[in-house]
Amino acid sequence: MSDFKEIISKICSSATFSEGDTLLVTVPEKDWFPLAKALKENKDLDFDVLSAVVGMDWKDELGVIYYLTSTSHDWAVISVKVAVADRKEPMIHSVSSLWKVANFQEREVYDFYGIKFINHPDMRRFFLRNDWKGYPLRKDYDANPDLNPIPLDDEKNEDDTVSYVEDAKGKVKAVPGKVFGEDDYVVNIGPQHPSTHGVMRFRASVDGETVRKVDVVSGYIHRGIEKLSEGLTYPQILHFTDRMDYMSAHQNRHCLCMCIEKALGLEVPRRAQVIRVMMDELMRISSHLLSFGCTAMDLGATTAFFYGFREREMVLDIFEKTCGARMSMNYNVIGGVIADLHPDFRKDVHHLLEVMPKALKEYHTVFSGNIIAMNRLKKVGYLSKEDAVNYDITGPSGRGSNWSCDCRKKHPYAVYSELDFDEVLLDGCDSYSRYMVRMREIEQSCRILAQLVDNIPEGDIRAQVPKIIKLPAGRWYQQVEASRGTFGVYIESDGQKNPYRVHFQSPCFNLVGVMDLTCSGYMIADLITIGAALDFVIPDIDR
Amino acid sequence: MFNFGIWTSEFNNWLLGLGIADWLVVLIECVIIAVLVLGTYTVLALFYILYERKLCAWFQCRLGPMRVGKWGVMQVFADMFKILVKELICLKNTDRFLFKLAPYLVIISSVTMLACLPWGRGLQIIDYNIGIFFILAVSSVGVLGILLAGWASNNKYTLIGAMRSGAQMISYEISLGLAIITIVVFAGTMNITELVWAQEKTWFIFRGHIPAIIAFLIYVVAATAETNRGPFDLPEAEHELTAGYHTEYSGIHFGFFYLAEYLNLFIVSGIASLMFLGGWMPLHIPGWGGFNAVMDYIPSVVWFLGKAFFISYVIIWFKWTFPRVRIDQMLAFEWKYLMPLSLANLLLMAVFVALGWHF
Amino acid sequence: MDVKIKSMKHEDFKHNEYIDKLVEELNATGANVVVGNFDKLINWGISNSLWPLCFGTSCCAIEFMSLGAARYDMARFGFEVARNSPRQADYIMVQGTIVHRMAPVLRRLYEQLAEPKYVIACGGCAVSGGPFKNSYCVVPGVEKILPVDVFIPGCPPRPEAMFYGLMQLQRKIKVQKFFGGVNRKEKIDEFFAKHPSEKGQIG
Repeated sequence: MSDFKEIISKICSSATFSEGDTLLVTVPEKDWFPLAKALKENKDLDFDVLSAVVGMDWKDELGVIYYLTSTSHDWAVISVKVAVADRKEPMIHSVSSLWKVANFQEREVYDFYGIKFINHPDMRRFFLRNDWKGYPLRKDYDANPDLNPIPLDDEKNEDDTVSYVEDAKGKVKAVPGKVFGEDDYVVNIGPQHPSTHGVMRFRASVDGETVRKVDVVSGYIHRGIEKLSEGLTYPQILHFTDRMDYMSAHQNRHCLCMCIEKALGLEVPRRAQVIRVMMDELMRISSHLLSFGCTAMDLGATTAFFYGFREREMVLDIFEKTCGARMSMNYNVIGGVIADLHPDFRKDVHHLLEVMPKALKEYHTVFSGNIIAMNRLKKVGYLSKEDAVNYDITGPSGRGSNWSCDCRKKHPYAVYSELDFDEVLLDGCDSYSRYMVRMREIEQSCRILAQLVDNIPEGDIRAQVPKIIKLPAGRWYQQVEASRGTFGVYIESDGQKNPYRVHFQSPCFNLVGVMDLTCSGYMIADLITIGAALDFVIPDIDR
Repeated sequence: MFNFGIWTSEFNNWLLGLGIADWLVVLIECVIIAVLVLGTYTVLALFYILYERKLCAWFQCRLGPMRVGKWGVMQVFADMFKILVKELICLKNTDRFLFKLAPYLVIISSVTMLACLPWGRGLQIIDYNIGIFFILAVSSVGVLGILLAGWASNNKYTLIGAMRSGAQMISYEISLGLAIITIVVFAGTMNITELVWAQEKTWFIFRGHIPAIIAFLIYVVAATAETNRGPFDLPEAEHELTAGYHTEYSGIHFGFFYLAEYLNLFIVSGIASLMFLGGWMPLHIPGWGGFNAVMDYIPSVVWFLGKAFFISYVIIWFKWTFPRVRIDQMLAFEWKYLMPLSLANLLLMAVFVALGWHF
Repeated sequence: MDVKIKSMKHEDFKHNEYIDKLVEELNATGANVVVGNFDKLINWGISNSLWPLCFGTSCCAIEFMSLGAARYDMARFGFEVARNSPRQADYIMVQGTIVHRMAPVLRRLYEQLAEPKYVIACGGCAVSGGPFKNSYCVVPGVEKILPVDVFIPGCPPRPEAMFYGLMQLQRKIKVQKFFGGVNRKEKIDEFFAKHPSEKGQIG
């Protein structure tokens, strides 16, 4: 950690440092881009992954906190704070040329805070309509509903975009651009479309049936969870995580709880830790089964979908018995879990472990062993390892590109460090590899469950927590391995009982960012399979 | 084996004996036949919808329609009433005439094909000397309806669906035609009645052994593609093009596409049974006199329907098992593999016929 | 007029006074015998052949998928023909939160449905905005933009609850009049008169 400090202060003399959860480097805006370039390209730093971009409003200044990870330095994490005082025309240099993942992330920040990113290629709003008034996550946002009434008129297809380009003299100029040209034959897919797995909208320019470019239009389920969280107490914001990526409900909530526990310095009882890990893995199985079903469905193999759901119901039964709900379980709480395991839990898990290997074989026979399915998935949606790192594609999709990015191995949490399981890596870089990684991960999850199910320690399920939970002032960032990749929670507290800022770094947000890259050059039909194999969940993107 | 021709000719004689003009007799008979054909069409289509829903439920460990009527048999009637009262939407900025014409073209082509099938001994509307050729020709009119539907809807999805459909149907018609020609070469006739009678002793699929079996397999694949069913259901490709060429159709217009889709399934199965499995001919095994006599007791209509339903079952099984292929893969499959294979098979059959290497 | 749904006793519906009121209202105006019987036949058809429009925005959509899957199997009721094109669907089941950006799309989808059409608000978010009610861009309940026929509470509702809601819709359809009389069409028009869009009728 101190090495980084020295190297950074050599490169950028104006940088100041503060220790905390992670090393926080504060740089003035003018020095930010050179520093970013050095962070990415300097071999001693080599921060090749941009894990999170968190827009912030500190009242006196607006800014961004970047979380960077270096895969070569044992997954070390640092954060960089860049702030500007200008509230009218705040401008920060874009890093989307260094880390491609920043493209959408910065558009999100622009949407929420109105911070314009210099040299960003496409500065449009991301979640909200173009005619939205105000920037909702600013602290001085006017929430008067009359200002932004429920629109009942169709949104215009805005092909106009703008880019703020800096010339050699350092002067910034707005350069208008076009998303699609006049001659492009643009096919609109979504928001109401059976295969977008929710309300995603893609605008694809096609040449015959070949896709040339995909423009992602998001925000059809943007519920403003981050803003809502700022007005609620910590126990109250927990339930939002279940409703973001509803297929990783346990993992997401685990992450948020861990982040709060880290801030409180709370020790979670071992029994609760084991239960949490088991629930996480069950959730992963359920999620991957759904993903299997949807992939099959999108390819037209409807029957396979039913087989996937048949086994998924078994997992849901386990959840229902212990948590009381099939979905939106609301099980993890700060300090542990809300209820003890159901007496049938062990029996049911054993039964599931018995059934799953047979079921996986059946899936392969019914679906992925089929020549048509193989032809549809193999060599489709190529995503190289470099691109996966640059776009921060974690989870099964990243591991399908042979990028070892499992958070359970890199930053072990709960009891994962004691467990014996493999990180599934395939080097096909195509849809088939992503699909197969999921299927193998089900086996690994079963392995974890088999290790734990008979070794659940006795003890409390919940640590003692204060009645009113107040976090000390500071900032915390926590990551877990959710079903679809690395899920991160950023909390900034000013010592009150509600957070000053909560940011959820969802894996699907990055997944949808590579749609253009992976789909270009393939057929329209492949766009569907690529989307299915990337397996994004829309409410997780939009939050 | 009961000959329905006795009934029909007696009815004809009775009408003529009434002393009315000949043209009126023909007119009366035409009307009766039209009513019968339309009635059969509807009943069959409804049956097929239920058949497929029940079968797919069975493949998917479900029950299928259960609540409306005993085992859900009334389900399709409910659907029919519903679809009849649904609003017909005609869009702005579409070619109204073509938009409305398209579903009728599709349904007319499938009704005409249905009318050409021999249902049983003497149970046939018209006996052409080019019967099978006529059926193939009429089936192409349906493609026109689909293309029109896609074009007239003024919607990008329907257009893509229609283009896919056009490419697919025109391509697979070649294999389909070649498979049928293989049998025509073997039988030496295109007349449907003669085709059936030629199979009195043994069905073509057994008599023509190797080339006939290959032709049968090619026919089943091509027929699946021809009827736009999975794994070749690209024109509809629900998960890519919402509902393909009929995205913009509602109410009974959509109902026509829906019915025609199911009826085409029956028709291609009917043709397959006619060309390969002996049509309404019972299963006869040379030398087994007693067995053949028992088989003769089963009415010819049952034989025909049974064979058609069996082949439809296979095609439905395909649909619910296989994923969908991609357009380029589908066309490559036809032009690179299926068509050369069917041409080679035609040659093989010609050699077999010339050298008499068949039963 | 008694409204029956197979395998569901009338008492189980009784707490829903809305439908009983609707029946009274209809009985008051009276109906011709022939027309009345036609009505019954058509309503039987419509109520037993409800084809949903696939419209899932979030968690409820996954439960809706479970509803179609083998354990719950909505095919038993004839609901399984899920259409992706609104022209061919009978009802739109709003599964999940509707946000400002989605509102015009949803309304347009409703306009695209062919008559007779129905709306089910499924899940807390669609009923009232649910946990996101106070957000800056969430529509607090789809009834703000669409005339809703049935509300199904829950977060997400269990598949059984969805079945119950669908049966309620069946029951509601069974008392409507297709030919003349007190028609639901008038109520829809009334609703849109109260909730106009700026350009008037969309579509």
